[in-house]
Amino acid sequence: MSGRIPIQVTVNGRARAFEVAAHHTLLEVLRDDLQLTGTKECCLVGECGACTVRLDGRIVDSCLVLAVEADGGEVTTVEGLASDGRLSRLQGAFLDEGAVQCGFCIPGQIVAADDLLRRVARPTVGEIQEGLAGNLCRCACYGQITAAVAAAAAAEAGAR
Amino acid sequence: MHPFSYERPATLARAVALLEAHGPEARVLAGGTDLIIRLRDGSLAPTVVVDLKRIAELEPGIREADGRLVIGATTVMTDIAADARIRRRFEALAEAAAVVGSVQIRNRATLGGNICNASPAADTAPALLVHGAVVVIAGPSGSRRIPIDGWFVRSGVTTLGRGELVTAIELPLPAAPMGSVHLRRTRRRGHDLASVTLCCGVDASGVTRLAYGSVGPRPVLAVDATGVLADRDAAPDARTGLLERMLAEATPSARSMRASPEYRLAMLRVLARRGVDIATARLAAAEGRR
Repeated sequence: MSGRIPIQVTVNGRARAFEVAAHHTLLEVLRDDLQLTGTKECCLVGECGACTVRLDGRIVDSCLVLAVEADGGEVTTVEGLASDGRLSRLQGAFLDEGAVQCGFCIPGQIVAADDLLRRVARPTVGEIQEGLAGNLCRCACYGQITAAVAAAAAAEAGAR
Repeated sequence: MHPFSYERPATLARAVALLEAHGPEARVLAGGTDLIIRLRDGSLAPTVVVDLKRIAELEPGIREADGRLVIGATTVMTDIAADARIRRRFEALAEAAAVVGSVQIRNRATLGGNICNASPAADTAPALLVHGAVVVIAGPSGSRRIPIDGWFVRSGVTTLGRGELVTAIELPLPAAPMGSVHLRRTRRRGHDLASVTLCCGVDASGVTRLAYGSVGPRPVLAVDATGVLADRDAAPDARTGLLERMLAEATPSARSMRASPEYRLAMLRVLARRGVDIATARLAAAEGRR
């Protein structure tokens, strides 16, 4: 297969069918073809986590996934976390805790933190740091980011 | 990224035929966490990329068969680190898989990819050496098995031949309890490549297996069958001399940016002693549970 390859991917709950070049990454297709620019392009070597999305239930660096590899899969980007225009509890906690400075890394941080909270309802500080070890913040808001994830977990537990 | 054609074979036979036909012009895609970086930076420019993830025979998974634990080559680090059998009986491998990259990388990076990429810093390599792993290979003339100790040649080079690919990694289930551990030094906590990586395994008969990486072109296995290293009552000089001989194959490069050769060699000795102590303690704990 070369040239354009037809693929089907469910993105943020919506089934999409389109054609991609074999050498285009999931990141490029999300941003350039689907205009989902919440997912950020940064290091392109899987170190910074700015391009983190959930693919088939697990977070990945979308800069290291070819778009064709996602064929038949389900992708959730940061745009898929808010519902009906309302921020998720986790997104709200990032604002409340002042965890957003320049904001560039935040979509990746939030998708990774959302994944962590799906796996571990009440993570310890160590578990939050490990869960977000693949997401760098050059404003160094790590303290506030960790606090936001812990606050969201506590709020979720309180709401149940 | 340089354009290439993409192949998604449905059978192992088709994958082998593609790899044989294209030879060095083809690259295998499993998790992609090494390959896609190198496709983008241009250090690899294959004409064909062969994706292994839709091959029925290569479904990821871990199963027990004939006294071995068989780990499918496309099994990702997340699943290896979480597997109860690996955590209980192959602790060094579980610990190694748990520190590869980040959550995002571990969700993609496969065990087969880690050994085929053959980085001297590969975290799983010393663990597989300590556990006596066997690499299962499919190729044009059928399948073959080779011990992991005969697999690594140098950075990026293995004994895999044209048209061949790894289908599984087998771990012989030890007849007697074994204690093992994976240790490493990195520049920072969290997501980093190892400056030194070391695994130690001690079994009930007193045999100590030490394997280390990131200190030379390929990971090295050294075995002490005398029982001296695992013997807490052995003379300290005897243990030190033995350890020095076992670590003698470490030849770290002066060109690496991650750590100086002096630091690596010093830390290798620290990790080796620590590894023997932890593995011995874990063996005692395992024997206590029996």
